[in-house]
Amino acid sequence: MTAEILYRPAPAIAAAVAAREISAREVATAAIERVTAENDRLGAFTDLTFERALEEADVVDAKVKAGAAPPLAGVPYGVKNLFDVAGVVTRAGSRINRDNPPAPADATVVRSLTRAGVILLGALNMGEYAYDFTGENIHDGASRNPHDPSRMSGGSSGGSGTAVAAGMVAASLGSDTNGSIRVPASFCGLFGLKPTYGRLSRAGAFPFCASLDHVGPLARSALDLALLFDALQGDDRRDPAQARRPALAAMNEVRRGAAGLRIAIAGGYFRERGLPEAFAAVDKVAAALAVEREVILPEAARARAAAYVITTAEAATLHLDRLRKRPADFDPAARDRLLAGAMLPAAWVIAAQRFRSWFRQAMREVFAKVDIILAPATPFHALAGGTKTITLGGVAMPARPNIGIYTQPISFIGLPVVTVPVWLDGARLPIVVQVIAPAWREDWALRVAHALEEAGVVEAPVAGEKESVR
Amino acid sequence: MKEDFDAEAHCDHMAAVLGLEIRPEWRQAVIDNLKATQAMAEAVLTFPLGDDVEPAPVFEP
Repeated sequence: MTAEILYRPAPAIAAAVAAREISAREVATAAIERVTAENDRLGAFTDLTFERALEEADVVDAKVKAGAAPPLAGVPYGVKNLFDVAGVVTRAGSRINRDNPPAPADATVVRSLTRAGVILLGALNMGEYAYDFTGENIHDGASRNPHDPSRMSGGSSGGSGTAVAAGMVAASLGSDTNGSIRVPASFCGLFGLKPTYGRLSRAGAFPFCASLDHVGPLARSALDLALLFDALQGDDRRDPAQARRPALAAMNEVRRGAAGLRIAIAGGYFRERGLPEAFAAVDKVAAALAVEREVILPEAARARAAAYVITTAEAATLHLDRLRKRPADFDPAARDRLLAGAMLPAAWVIAAQRFRSWFRQAMREVFAKVDIILAPATPFHALAGGTKTITLGGVAMPARPNIGIYTQPISFIGLPVVTVPVWLDGARLPIVVQVIAPAWREDWALRVAHALEEAGVVEAPVAGEKESVR
Repeated sequence: MKEDFDAEAHCDHMAAVLGLEIRPEWRQAVIDNLKATQAMAEAVLTFPLGDDVEPAPVFEP
């Protein structure tokens, strides 16, 4: 069962390890073999921590033997390479940061997961400084889509999508500022959780835009996300934006079903410009939930515009010194936007932050009438690698900044989202739907995701499992 | 959109203000990004907001 164990969801792996059906060391060894076999082809990992994985596995096995199996016992995972991992240089997808010394300690969320019994296989490929929706990287090469390696993984948490969809690991950590968990989840067909802004600690994660950055897990089931989310929560004074909120007990809530939740489909902006698969996926999920009601998210296009302005300005300010000293060492795809972002009038940026308050209030009013909103995440299936231009609503535009048109307005005001992967009839690629909840109600979105999974409407097979039966 | 936004002049001026090197082969892409961002900003700036609407990030002393 050693290779097969990697295809199982995280709770099943942890249960098998806790029951001593398989040791954590055997799981780690199977994951190491799979990463070794697949990584050159798929470009998921940039840094491997196999020695650490085996040491962590031995610690878990000792705990199991002592009758104290941790909740994620022996679950193999990887982290986007912007998370600090002790002894590894945090490259954040860049050429420049790899001149830094190795991180002296783990990021807070990495420490939390280690305590919960996971096994870290390494750090995962990403778009430079997270300013990316493609998963392509000029320094490290592209992270590829396991369902079709000629296609993008999506970004910026590209390797986080690739590794999970390829069955190298059961789960990964990514970050999401404008869609960087939800886009690779869509292209690679995964369950992803972008929690409420301020929910999880970002300490030890290299920043992109302080007022928009989130961290969260990607996995192959809603239960996996709930289990990971419970392990990831916790108060951390080292993240100044973390809200002091009581933790949710997601595993206690996730199986409660979607009954009682008022669910609606996002209309207007979220029914425009995408390709048919984006709307067909939403309709399939809505039909399974018997949802016909539509709600309008007011001024969504402006919300997206304001997020765009804040992003480019905050990111450029963060990187200003590097832009001055080492501009030629940036990935050109990020450099052009960062240089422009450094030049914005303050009035543009502060107006966008004022509009953000308006939009938050408008969305609170929407959420007085509904509990869950369904929306597309990407306007299309995974694009072919190297795609530079896309056409949406008859207008040609650069691909990289526009893949996230549907994700950006949601993260703009920090709403929690769970992505659910849909395989449309005859489709050779997955696409996800955003299940959007009001602030601090990740449990509601997880309940809907799990109910859809139980109904057989959404699923996240390891690449090859699905294609073989199509 | 403001028709009189001169992205080329803005780029050259701000590059000097900030001490940024814009190599000739990078300049057009920077200008294109400035134009795209200006259009985004214009969409935000044309939306009427009451004087009581404060910027979103709140600093807690």
